[in-house]
Amino acid sequence: MLREVLPIALITVLTLAPHCSQADDKLVLKSVNVDLPVGDRMFDGPGSDAANNNCLACHSADMVLNQPALSRTQWRTEVEKMRTAYKAPIDPKDEDAIVNYLVSVKGTK
Amino acid sequence: MDRQFPSRALSSRRRFLKTAGASTLALLSAPALAETVVNLPLPGGPDERPITTTFPQKGPLILQRTRPPLLETPLEVFDQFVFTPNDQFYVRWHWADIPGAVDVSTFRLTVHGNVDRSLTLSIDDLLALPRVELAAVNQCSGNSRGYFQPRVPGAQWSNGAMGNARWTGVRLKDVLDRAGVKAGSIQVRFKGLDEPVVPDAPKLMKSLAIDHARDGEVMLAYAMNGEQLPLLNGFPLRLIVPGWYSTYWVKMLNDIEVLDRPDTNFWMATAYTIPDTPHANVEPGQTGFKSVPINRMVPRSLITNIKQSDTLHAGAPSLARGIAFGGDAGVARVDFSSDGGKTWEQTQLGKDEGKYSFRQWQISFAVPLKGSRALMVRCTSSSGETQPATPNWNPAGFMRNVIEQTPIVVV
Repeated sequence: MLREVLPIALITVLTLAPHCSQADDKLVLKSVNVDLPVGDRMFDGPGSDAANNNCLACHSADMVLNQPALSRTQWRTEVEKMRTAYKAPIDPKDEDAIVNYLVSVKGTK
Repeated sequence: MDRQFPSRALSSRRRFLKTAGASTLALLSAPALAETVVNLPLPGGPDERPITTTFPQKGPLILQRTRPPLLETPLEVFDQFVFTPNDQFYVRWHWADIPGAVDVSTFRLTVHGNVDRSLTLSIDDLLALPRVELAAVNQCSGNSRGYFQPRVPGAQWSNGAMGNARWTGVRLKDVLDRAGVKAGSIQVRFKGLDEPVVPDAPKLMKSLAIDHARDGEVMLAYAMNGEQLPLLNGFPLRLIVPGWYSTYWVKMLNDIEVLDRPDTNFWMATAYTIPDTPHANVEPGQTGFKSVPINRMVPRSLITNIKQSDTLHAGAPSLARGIAFGGDAGVARVDFSSDGGKTWEQTQLGKDEGKYSFRQWQISFAVPLKGSRALMVRCTSSSGETQPATPNWNPAGFMRNVIEQTPIVVV
């Protein structure tokens, strides 16, 4: 991922007064223009297509892979939360496949 | 336990240690330099996370999620600094549509709603208002979620979804007074420049009660630790809600709306709610409890120079040190136990940087016998609140503040 970080000017040293006090030094903010990494890791293994097609628009795969082992009921709750609360455009016919994949890679034994 | 506290003039960890005198650090293992992965001791795992240096304006951080970013501050940073450096200050975003470019000359903060006159303020307008500074801890509601047992879904943080900074900016009260809050106002709602990536999804909005918003402590910060905020920490303007969890500290703040009705949006009514019980605690699987929006923080403390499974020599003088904070109050005392909580000794506290700040503590100790031990640290706030001995549990993994244990091996 190519990133361009424009120089961020450090603000002239502020006299750091005790908390919640007035400070009168000059302060100048500089505009910022940066690129954020998108994360290009994909889910892999059998059944991963449904997860790749439905999950990665909103978040990178590492969020899922860092989760602890969860039960099928918990994974279904998560997928339904993504669809209902966070409006993920999950194809209803893919929901079972997503849950099956999550259980296969991050399910409780 | 009478113990001479160090001078209030102590300003750095180095001086703090020097003053503490004779204690000799007897750790046999030292943290490796230039690590590319870190192992977080989360029960049941997965415990390995990359250390990333690929985010703009950011140094080494624990990568929990790339997009939208969840970046955790490594424990070592809390050992080195009472004020968390901006480039290692943790990062947490909800939606991936985060502007990468913010032009200071065109940025505007809008104040509207139940006010006498709407305002459109530039950065220069804000810089011209009376400037205030405040040291305050910013902590994610779900900090340490990875230690909940049974485990719960969500960002699997260790203890580094928090940071401490000196915030510089203006009082929210001063801005609201310029707009003229009308009678009948109930809450003030805050929005930032970030947007959901899918249509109809709930934009992040958070609200405070009108009296809270006007308490003179809630701030709009344009600088942290003397510099402009990193973009990922909310450049150019962030709401500062001292003593309250970070969910309210809206980043890239560009919209303030005074409401004459309660805010029932998703991020207030559904997300970030906790059981209305002591310590927000319920039994796993319990249902039917009343929930309320998460609010003030509670006391916490960490040992920062000794990690799980470190080895100490029996009988040798050792030094334990770390940080504590009182939640929404100052730190009254920090106690330490090297025998798994059977006996406690009061630690020396570092400089008081204000009631909402981290406070450093340290103590010399020796463990006489070989074997496995648990080191423990316990903060009591200036309002008399003490960390509990048993962990809380709730379905969202919020508000952990149990007395933390660091298991060690004595040889």
